[in-house]
Parts: sequence; C-alpha cells; structure tokens
Amino acid sequence: MMSELNPGIILILGALVVPLLPGKLLRGIYMLVLPVIAFAYLQSLPVGEMGQIQLFDMTLVTLRIDKLSLVFGYIFLIATLLGVIYALHVGDWYQHVAGLVYAGSAIGAVFAGDFITLFVFWEITAISSVFLVWASRNSSAMASGLRYLIIQVGSGVILLAGVLFYFRDTGSIAFNAIGIETFAGKLILIAFGIKCAFPLLHNWLQDAYPEATVTGTVMLSAFTTKLAVYALARGYAGTEILIPIGAVMTAFPIFYAVIENDLRRVLAYSLNNQLGFMVVGIGIGTELALNGTAAHAFCHILYKALLFMSMGAVLYRVGTVKGSELGGLYRSMPWTTAFCIIGAASISAFPLFSGFISKSLIMSAAMKEGHFWVWLTLLFASAGVFHHSGIKIPYFAFFAHDSGKRCKEAPTNMLIAMAIAAAFCIGLGVYPDPLYALLPYDVKYVPYTLEHVVTQLQLLLFSALAFTVLMRTGIYPPELRSTNLDTDWFYRVPGRHLATFANRFRSLTWEWLADTAVRGATKIHDALYRHHGPEGLFGRTWPTGSMAFWTTVTLGAVVILSYL
Amino acid sequence: MSALNWGAAEPHLPILLVMTPIFGALFSTFLRRGVLAWLLALIVTLSLPLMSITLLLKVLETGQPIIYKIGNWDAPFGIVYKVDQLSAYVLCVISFIGAVILPYARRSIAAEIEEPAQSWYITMYLLCLGGLLGIVITGDAFNAFVFLEISSLSTYVLIALGRHRRALLASYQYLIMGTIGATFYIIGVGLLYLVTGTLNFDDLSQRLSTAVADPGMRNATLTALGFIVVGLALKLALFPMHVWLPNAYAYAPSVATAFLAGTATKAAIYLLIRVVFSVFGTALSVEALPIPDLLLVLSLAAMFLASFSAVFENNAKRMLAYSSVAQVGYIMLGVALANQASMTGALAHIANHAIMKTALFLALGAVFYRIGSVLYSDMSGIGRKMPLTMAAFAIAGIGLMGTPGTSGFISKWYLAIGAIDAGLYSVVFMIVASSLISVVYIGRITEVVWFREPSPAAATAKEAPLSMLIPLWLLAGLTVYLGFDTRLTADVSAKAADILIGGIR
Repeated sequence: MMSELNPGIILILGALVVPLLPGKLLRGIYMLVLPVIAFAYLQSLPVGEMGQIQLFDMTLVTLRIDKLSLVFGYIFLIATLLGVIYALHVGDWYQHVAGLVYAGSAIGAVFAGDFITLFVFWEITAISSVFLVWASRNSSAMASGLRYLIIQVGSGVILLAGVLFYFRDTGSIAFNAIGIETFAGKLILIAFGIKCAFPLLHNWLQDAYPEATVTGTVMLSAFTTKLAVYALARGYAGTEILIPIGAVMTAFPIFYAVIENDLRRVLAYSLNNQLGFMVVGIGIGTELALNGTAAHAFCHILYKALLFMSMGAVLYRVGTVKGSELGGLYRSMPWTTAFCIIGAASISAFPLFSGFISKSLIMSAAMKEGHFWVWLTLLFASAGVFHHSGIKIPYFAFFAHDSGKRCKEAPTNMLIAMAIAAAFCIGLGVYPDPLYALLPYDVKYVPYTLEHVVTQLQLLLFSALAFTVLMRTGIYPPELRSTNLDTDWFYRVPGRHLATFANRFRSLTWEWLADTAVRGATKIHDALYRHHGPEGLFGRTWPTGSMAFWTTVTLGAVVILSYL
Repeated sequence: MSALNWGAAEPHLPILLVMTPIFGALFSTFLRRGVLAWLLALIVTLSLPLMSITLLLKVLETGQPIIYKIGNWDAPFGIVYKVDQLSAYVLCVISFIGAVILPYARRSIAAEIEEPAQSWYITMYLLCLGGLLGIVITGDAFNAFVFLEISSLSTYVLIALGRHRRALLASYQYLIMGTIGATFYIIGVGLLYLVTGTLNFDDLSQRLSTAVADPGMRNATLTALGFIVVGLALKLALFPMHVWLPNAYAYAPSVATAFLAGTATKAAIYLLIRVVFSVFGTALSVEALPIPDLLLVLSLAAMFLASFSAVFENNAKRMLAYSSVAQVGYIMLGVALANQASMTGALAHIANHAIMKTALFLALGAVFYRIGSVLYSDMSGIGRKMPLTMAAFAIAGIGLMGTPGTSGFISKWYLAIGAIDAGLYSVVFMIVASSLISVVYIGRITEVVWFREPSPAAATAKEAPLSMLIPLWLLAGLTVYLGFDTRLTADVSAKAADILIGGIR
C-alpha cells in the first residue's frame, strides 16, 4: 500500500506537520525537502494504475501514472518547490500549510485514475487555495476569496453531479475520455471549464489572484487552471468546441490586459490568454497538438510563476504594483529586473526562450489541421501577449518614468526562486529535447526551423519597433494607460476604442453582477437569518399549541389529498 | 460470527432480544447504586448486538424471515415477531448504538445525573432500548404501538432528567407531541382493524388487497394511511413536525441525546417503511397516492430549511439536532422516491447516520463533561485542549457532509442514483447542494473549535477520559470503514430494498 501512495498525499500529510515544527530554519528545510521527497518517490513509481481501493461496487484508482499525468506531475512538483523557496521568508505557517496542501491536492488530482478521487482532490484544491487569498487579511481579499471559494466549490459540485450521471450511463467511474455528447459529458465539461476559466466563466481568476498574498499568487498561478487543462486533455481531447473557446480565450483578455493598471491583474489576464492556447491544443486533439498543450503548460507554469514572482517582489518591496505608480526600479532591483525580462521574453515566445518551443507546437498543429482562422487568432494573441506581458510589465515596473522609488533588492530566497525559474526558461528554450521526451506522444518536432524563427522574429520585432517608435516620439505618454495598445499593428486604431469600451463595459457589467450577487447574497443571508436564526421562525422554540396545529394541518392535507 | 452458539436459546432469540433489556430495566430499579445498575446495563446491552447479528446472519443465510410465535399462538390470533432482512438490519443498528454508548455512559451519567436518579436513568435507558427493539421486531400493528409507547414514555423521562431547566419544558413538549403522534398512529391502526379485522402486518396486507375493492373500505383505508403516516412522521421528526426535536436533543443529558439521535427516529422510520410498503404497498398502488409526493416535498424542505437553521445555531447540540432533521430528510427522500437505489440509500443512511450522529453527540458529551457547556462561545479553541475528541468529531462531521471515503458518501451516492432513476434530475442537484450547507455548518463549528483562541472555559479543559474516547473513536473509525466496506450497510440495504420494492405495486 505504501508503495502505491499518491505523491500528492505526501505533500498534504507533510503539510499538516509544518505548524508543529519549531523555528523558521527547521520549518524551511522541511518544506524544501518535502517536494524533493515526493519527486524522488514519483521517479521510483512504475507506469500503470495503482492504489486501487474498493469503494463499495466501484474501484478507485488513486494512482495512475502515464505520460500525460507524469508531465503535469513533474511540473507541479517543480512549481511547488519554487513556490516554497519563494515563500521561505514568510513566517506565517498558515500560508505554508495552505500552499502545500493546495499543491499536494493538485498533484493528487493529476494522478487520480477515477472521478471520485479526482473530485476529492478537486475540492481540496478549492478549499485549501482560498486560504492563500484570505491570507492577505484585508476586506477586499476576504470578499473576493469568498467569491472564489463559491465558484470553485461550485465547480466541484457540478463535477460530482456530472459523475453521478456518467456513472448511471456507463456504470464506470474511470477517468478517461468523456466526450461531450451526453448530459454527463456536458456537466463535467462545465465543471472543468469553470476551473479552466473559460470565457464568461473566468472572472474569478482576475478577481481573486491579484488579491492573494505575494507568495500565494505564485502558487495559485501554477495549479488550479493547469489542473483543469490536464483534466480537459484527459477527458475532452479532440472536442471541436474547445477550439473556438480556446481561440476566444487567447484573444479577449488582451484588451483587458492592455488597459489594466494593476500589473498582477495584467498577468492574471495574460494567464487566461495562455490557457487559451492550451485549450485550442486540446480541441485540435492531434498528437502534435496535445504534446503542444502539455509542453505549453509545462513552460507556462515556469514563466508565469517567474513573472508573478518578479511582480510579487516588487509588491513586497514597494507596496504596490500599479503601473502608473512604478517605474525606474531597475536601479534598485537589477536582478529582479533581469529575471522579469527573461520571463517576459519567454511568455512572448522569443526564440531561445521556453515559450517559443512550446507555443510553436500548438501553432503548427493548428496550421497543419487547416484551422487558418484559429492560427491567425493565435498569432494575433501572440502579438498581444508580447505587448502586454513582454513589454508592458517590465517596462512600466522597471523602466519608463523614474518614479523616484528606491528600495532594496528582493530577498535572497525570492531571487533564488526566480533564478531557478529563469534558468528553466532559458534552458528549455535552448535545449528543448528533455521536455519533448517527457511529452505524452512520440512526435518528432523541430522548433528551430528557419520558417518558425523568422515568422516569430518578424512578429516580435515589428511589435517592438512600433513600441519603441511610439515611446520615443512621445505620441502615447506612459501616463495614459492605453499607450501601448498601438504597438501592435493588428488593432492599431479601432483597438483602443474597442478596448476602452470593452473595459468600461466589463467593469460595469462585472461590478453590477458582483454587486447584485453580493446584495442578493446579503439579502438571502438576512432572510435566512430572520427565518432560521435563533429568533427566527425555524430556529426558535415553537409553542406546543402551534406544533400540534401544524401537525393537524399536515394530517388534513394528507387525508384530503388522498381523497382527491 | 455464525460460530456464535446460543444452544437451546437460539430459537428464542427474537423474544430474548426484547425481553433482556426490559428485564434488565426491571432489575436495575432494585439496584440503588448507579454503578451497579450501569454494570448490569453494560452486560445486557452488550449481549444485544450479538443476538441481532446472529438473527441477521441467519436471515441472510436462509433468505427467509424468522417468525417467532409468542406462546405458540398462530398469526392472526397471537402476536408474532418477524425478523426479515429489513428488521434484522435495523435491529443491528439500534442494538449496536445502544451497546456502544454504555461504556461511555458511566462517567457522563455520574457527572450529569444526581446519584439517587442514576439507576432510574439506566432503567429508563434499557426500557427505551427494549421498546425500540420491540417496534422493529414485532409483526403486529398494535404490539408496535405498545412498544412505541414504552420507548416514548421512557424517552420523556430521559430528557426530563437533563440538568438544564429547559429540559423539563422540552420533555413536556415532546410528551404532548409524542402522544399526538402515537394517538394518530393508533387511530390509523384502529381504522385498519375496522376494515380488516386483523392487526398482523402480513395478514393486514392480504386482507386489505381484497377490502379496498369496496369504495367505503377504500376511503377508510386511505384515512388510516393518512393518520399513520402523519403520526409516525411526527415521531421521526419529519419537517414541519420536527419542532419538538431540537430542544429535546439540546437539553437532554448527553447520553440520552446520543442514544436518541442514533436510534429513536430510526425505529419510527422503520415502522413507517414497514407500514407503507409492506402493508399498504401491496394493497394500494403507491404511485397513485399523494403520500410519496408529499414525503418528497417535505423531505426536500427538511434537507434545506433545517440545514439553514443548523448554520445559524450557536448551541452545538441544537445545531446537530437540526442537522438530524435534515438527515432524516435524506432518509425520507429515499423512501419517497421508492425505487431500488433510493431505498438502498435510505436504508444505508439509517445505519450510517446513526453511527455518525452518535459519534458527534458523544464528542459533544465529552466536551460537556469537561467544560459543562456546548455553546460555541465556550467551545472556541477546545480543539487544542481536546484534540482527540474534536478530531473524532471532525471525522464524523466530514462523514455528515457526504465526503467520498466516508459512509455518508455511500448513502448519498445511492440516493442520487435513485433520483436519476426516478428521472428527477433537479433532485440530484438538490442532494448535492444541501450537502454543501452541511459543509457550512460543520465548517463553522470546526473553525470555532480549532482556529479560535481558547475561551476561558476551554483554556483549562483536559482531554476526555479513555472510557469516552474509545466508543467515540470506534464510531468515528466506523464512519470511515463503512465508507469503503459496505457489506453490512448498503449490501444488506439493497437486499431489504429488493423485498420492499418487490412488494409494492
């Protein structure tokens, strides 16, 4: 039994020991060792289905190791380690426990071979991760954490309902390809889609992630959505509807990202956009595309974590990540600046950086299957990514107008975490073969062909040129937040209006929705309390007479109904 | 287990099962010292699960019900005890809960009941246990009424002995309501006797089939059904006839609460299932009656409305009492859906809920033993001082939510499958959604006991004594064990459900 333990369990149980350890040093060493042990243990496991547990007439497969789950398992463990290193300076054990349980449950879910195990870990990720948001300990974090929790747990509820119908249809709970034809399949897709931040189901992400703690956001950015990507790849590979969904996901967050001022929220939008690439890959569903999805998830976790870490370091030192209040930090934080640029280059898919070698798989797959418009959308999205994550983030934070802010360089542990992530970004970009060997399918793919490199460089250089020119000529001063819209020739003129309009529309509708929901919830709570609280109709002690009266009424109802 | 050799007593196990606790009660009245009475009760109650397990195994082995004729009188004239899969299963649940509490009861009773009343308290406990077992084992409608009254009357005393002054009021209210319920039941039985001239369940169902052909008789039968269902719904605390329950549970002594929560409502549920399915079900077309629809609506209302009350409650025992009303809602939902899967879920939940809820109340009893209160304000931070007690509480609480890996999941799974089979997709979502409310109320108390700073009362508390922890952990362990191995719960329930569903038309 021990030899068939899900590696996620090691982290979850291990996390529970953390509060008992005395002293920061011991605690720190312990937390560093934990993911390493899990990693070594995972290495020792054979491929196959293990850890079967008989749950009445169903068999749970608590540990399934195959190539798809392994890729995600490895990257999740790497992300856990990075997250732990990055958070070493935090004295608050509450966050450490939440973070490790969260990471462990995400890993547990990846190795789940059946829906029930998946559901359990799915809900644990929801419940544990909300503490990373709440750990900010301010009222807006509490509120958005609660919204986040409701949506995440709701996704689990829909998943369970879907599983029930699935079980009724097929008599099986094995987690394999599901398909969208059945009612069960649709329900489960919605459950996955919520966690994957599908368009219109995505607001929780931009709502909650920027509210989490400096270290919490790094953890959050790695697991929840990628778990959903994994689940989609497992259950819905080749489901056509995912292609347009993914394409929309890549495109629409760009508008918001461009005009957003909170740089961590910009990253949250670009996270959404990157997920779109993966979802498109799943929708295409060929071996090449699925490899692309897995590879992109792998690289994406690293560079997205790196970007969040660099912005987290800024937030930690300066106390804000508002683009309009930052600038010139490269003098104070040279290392952070360098790492941020590496992350930015990776997300923008510069050749020799990790984003390039993974994104081109998906792009090639889209082209190869003849999805020209999808390919074009992805291209547009790539340009958008470059401009809001690749240029805007480092530019506004570290360069632009000198804000006059002077601070210390990020703490050493943060720098180490960023350095490791940056090393991965470059290492994978230069020498992608080890990653390709990990991918689920044996596909020979050469990213560095002349055509790929030239296309990508054209796109990037053109964007960069436009940006530089506009900046130099001062047409769009950085004080205006919509400046860098025009760096991209795809949506030069109408884009700005569209973006402004979209932003206003978005903020109005979302705020209206959120406010209405909060008002509604308050009203419901009050009404419930009025009726169910200790003084309420259902909560207080009734006089004996009215008890007897209602019993008689029920009797009357039964008898009368019987005669009808 | 089948190795248990009862020798010559074996054929008489059905009557022994009822008479042992009743005679035990009789003898314990003569024992002045509470300890002695407790020792006697311990021996008595420990023998009961052995008897009921033997009966269950025998029934499962032969597949035939065991009929025991009292005084060797034949069925329509004499009283028979009938043990089939369903009754044997419920007997096991009740006798097991009755036994597992006893080792715990010594210290709790010593702390909560004054010495002169202790042996009376034990007498009432045994009498109540005997009455509940009698309800389940008897095959006679009037005999069931007698046992119902025996158990009810002793319950009133058990509740009234609570230390809180409101225990008397709670007991009084339950007395009034319980009497109304029992009266309704006996009126219904009287009408049935009028129609058929018999009181034996099997006989009743046969004669009803022919009697309902006459429209006048049919009307009388329907009225009887109404009286019986409402009367029993009152005893089993179906919403909105549950209002007596929260106070009764909250102010009764800890042992009584744990015992009643695990057994009393379950016996009433059994009787309702027995009468509706085995007696009326064969005579009347159940689908054509409003009863299932009505039960469906009321149980859904219970699942939500009582759960909401639990969320806002600040007294832990009352919170669990409301949760009991909600859980009874689940059981009755399964009964109302009346298909194989849903009935399996309902019957499995009888055992699963009994075990979980008894564990929860035992944990609260241990807290009460240490700090003399179960208010949230006094319980805050108690988890740090009584980690074993509150860990067991948490496990049982997780079971109550219906988390996979606990027994609560099994019952809710079958219930949901039953709802799908019945074509009521919205009910599937309601089952899942109302489980979420239980996450809230269990989460709330978990937050209070683990994450808050200890209250003055909790700061000086010690871990509960071993005699309390062992029964508590046994039940908490069972909550997890029965989440995986369902041979004793869902499998037996499925067999019983087959018979019940097969019987109706």
